[in-house]
Amino acid sequence: MRGFTDLYYELDATTKTSSKVETLTRYFLSAKPEDSIWAIALLIGNRPKRPVKTNDLKAWATELAGIPAWLFDDAYSVVGDLAETITLLIDSQSVAGSATGLNELMQELQTISVLPDTGKKEKILSYWRVLPPRELYIFNKLITGAFRVGVSKLLVFKALAKAYGIDEKVIAHRFIGNWKPDTISLTDLLKEDETGDTISRPYPFCLAYALDVELESLGSIEEWQIERKYDGIRGQIIVRRGELFVWSRGEELLTDKFPEFGELTSCLPDGTVIDGEILPIVDGQIRSFNQMQKRTTRKALTKKILQEIPLKMVCYDLLEKDGKDLRDLPLQERRRSLEDIVVGSKAWHSSLELAPLLHAGAWSELDALRNDAKAVGCEGLMLKRKDSNYETGRKRGKWWKWKVDPYSIDAVLIYAQAGHGRRANLFTDYTFAVWDGDVLVPFTKAYSGLTDKELIELDAWIKRNTIEKFGPVRSVTPHWVFEIAFEGINESPRHKSGIALRFPRISRWRRDKALSEANTKKDLLNLLHATS
Amino acid sequence: MLLQFDKDGIYCAQAGVYIDPWKPVDKAIITHAHSDHARWGSHSYLAHHDSGNILRYRLGADIQLQTIGYQEPLTINGVRISLHPAGHIIGSSQVRLEYQGEVWVVSGDYKVMPDGLTTPFEPVPCHHFVTESTFGLPIYHFPEAPDLNASLVDWCLRCLGSGKSCILIGYSLGKAQRILHALEGIGFPVILHGAIYNTNDALGWNNEPYVRYSAGIGKSIRGPVIVVAPPSAVGSPWLRQFEPYELGVCSGWMQLRGARRRRNADVGFVMSDHADWRGLNEAVLATGAENIYVTHGYKSIFAKWLSGQYGLNAQTVDTLYEGEALEQQDADAGREEGAST
Repeated sequence: MRGFTDLYYELDATTKTSSKVETLTRYFLSAKPEDSIWAIALLIGNRPKRPVKTNDLKAWATELAGIPAWLFDDAYSVVGDLAETITLLIDSQSVAGSATGLNELMQELQTISVLPDTGKKEKILSYWRVLPPRELYIFNKLITGAFRVGVSKLLVFKALAKAYGIDEKVIAHRFIGNWKPDTISLTDLLKEDETGDTISRPYPFCLAYALDVELESLGSIEEWQIERKYDGIRGQIIVRRGELFVWSRGEELLTDKFPEFGELTSCLPDGTVIDGEILPIVDGQIRSFNQMQKRTTRKALTKKILQEIPLKMVCYDLLEKDGKDLRDLPLQERRRSLEDIVVGSKAWHSSLELAPLLHAGAWSELDALRNDAKAVGCEGLMLKRKDSNYETGRKRGKWWKWKVDPYSIDAVLIYAQAGHGRRANLFTDYTFAVWDGDVLVPFTKAYSGLTDKELIELDAWIKRNTIEKFGPVRSVTPHWVFEIAFEGINESPRHKSGIALRFPRISRWRRDKALSEANTKKDLLNLLHATS
Repeated sequence: MLLQFDKDGIYCAQAGVYIDPWKPVDKAIITHAHSDHARWGSHSYLAHHDSGNILRYRLGADIQLQTIGYQEPLTINGVRISLHPAGHIIGSSQVRLEYQGEVWVVSGDYKVMPDGLTTPFEPVPCHHFVTESTFGLPIYHFPEAPDLNASLVDWCLRCLGSGKSCILIGYSLGKAQRILHALEGIGFPVILHGAIYNTNDALGWNNEPYVRYSAGIGKSIRGPVIVVAPPSAVGSPWLRQFEPYELGVCSGWMQLRGARRRRNADVGFVMSDHADWRGLNEAVLATGAENIYVTHGYKSIFAKWLSGQYGLNAQTVDTLYEGEALEQQDADAGREEGAST
């Protein structure tokens, strides 16, 4: 695992995309293929289950470090990362690197989960005792929660393409989906072979950037296809060899969650892949995202909930027709084929809908269209070049998303908690309140939106203005007003305030506003009633 | 109680002296010259010989200052007062106070591991020990100076070898001198930020091998250089003239990944002038004190540990000392920077 450890630290040490790709390519060229496949899986987030429970790890590390459990917890809350905390507490003095390969290690970790507790402990400790600090950290990363490195899937695919001389797009397609590094070899994955698992394989989604240029700079409006931007689950519906697969953008296979689409194996021809948005639609009306969540988070799909919140796919792109990859055709042509397939199918108006195209004669008319979107349950507009191919991942220029302005409210900071990872040891997780009479009632948390400089300044202020500490949470003197932006507001019996916000984030530090100028609970309720 | 923690500092009523007061007082004993311990405005000061010049430089040339050596006791109103090496920075002292058989030691900031530069820390037996707790968590284990210095030099040479300059960041008083000590004889030009150059002067260091930073200096020297600058220099535009460069930050906080990343450091050197977890434990136990007063840092955690683990009577005390502040500006750097650019 030395090679993989070096890879991790090299990737970690640079923010430059080009050097990341170089580092990855070098690794793929020098590593054994059986190690590479694990490295790829780990880098693109296709990781196996944790072999041991977090609480066990904590207990063993506490014992090894000779400290009481409360001290472990305090140390953890300062470090903010379990793997790093354990590594630092163990304080390895070992200098020799380990000879265990990544493949060997990962295989062994898989077998640990079936051992009895004492066996698990013995195994983990046998690594903890001998690994030098850097490898120990990587080892702990592998056995604890999230293993994240600062590389996107796209970069990994780019490097693989370079290392193996295969087109990047082809690589992306082959490595998408739910392959398992312990059941398939790198050679098999790299081979073009439409057998076995591969019939379920989705295409990498084409993603849009948020519009950050003037509309006029996009050229003639005639060259653009205008659609609404939906607020559901982006998905791909695949029918191949009489089988149906429904994928989410997060590359989860969700076929079983959507029995509605079961009919499609008999409605769509084999070799069809449709890109679209899965949404709750009743009597032609799009229901709120909240309803969608209610439906998707339900473990058991009862008849009642299926009737109450039926789902449909609003189709906007066709990626495969008669088993042929259409992604290099211009959008215009793909759209024509899509219309033929959807409208000609028995599923039209049953489980499939066609995303309507909007028309405008000039860019100046677009703003009105965008604002209408909210009224029909959409988030804004999508602008797609009519001649655009279907890209892999996020690319600038051909597709843009243009969202409706978010809601915003001015709120008072009342609690703070230390963050994790990069923000460990800094108070960066905040709770905000609005006025209810002369009382401040908490209604949302927000984590992002401030610059590093502001975070540090606010952190120092929080440390000086703490009123009380409740475990990791500090209450602070109400003083600062922040503008909170959010995408939606819903009733929520689970929250004390009775409401829940979607995507709350800090949009501005309103140093200019006095405490009394913050919004009220009534303002929030008005907003709630206006939107539902 | 011989000492009290009052609103102005740590006070000995019997002798009428404060130790590291944060408000102006009549008589102040100063453990060391960092700005959170040595504050302006007191009527008279007492400190170690080696702190003398730097205190005059920082607090004003006209302060009324008496300096003494380590273990040279003086007596004020029956209280026997002496200074003992704290190993923190040059001239740093622990203050021992004895009255009618009761012994207190105020350790200020200290480190137990020798750095090859500062008079090493000496444990002083006492009944009451006032300790800092900046790195009072078992996650902090600092490397020994020879290993640390070697890795610092290695990194510089690798960086310089690839044609890049090295920017090394550390406090102007304490850390900067350790960095320069480690870099001795490296064979590349070393440029010092004005705050560090002036601090060296005040310490009586030989500044001859170094170049004082001035505008345009980066362009006037050919090839890669080493720059030593205080924390306030990170992100400031004047570093740009040394591009391409890599940034190395020297601080105990560099032990944590999050801190390293926030600082945008290419590399973090775990160099601290404070005691690590082991050092704090050793120091406390070596005094044989029953009563421990834990100040600045992870004080409640460290006090709880000392009570639970060793059965000591440990309590926390609020002070205005800051320990090793990563995010804050080096005390004098702002002023000096203005003067040098």
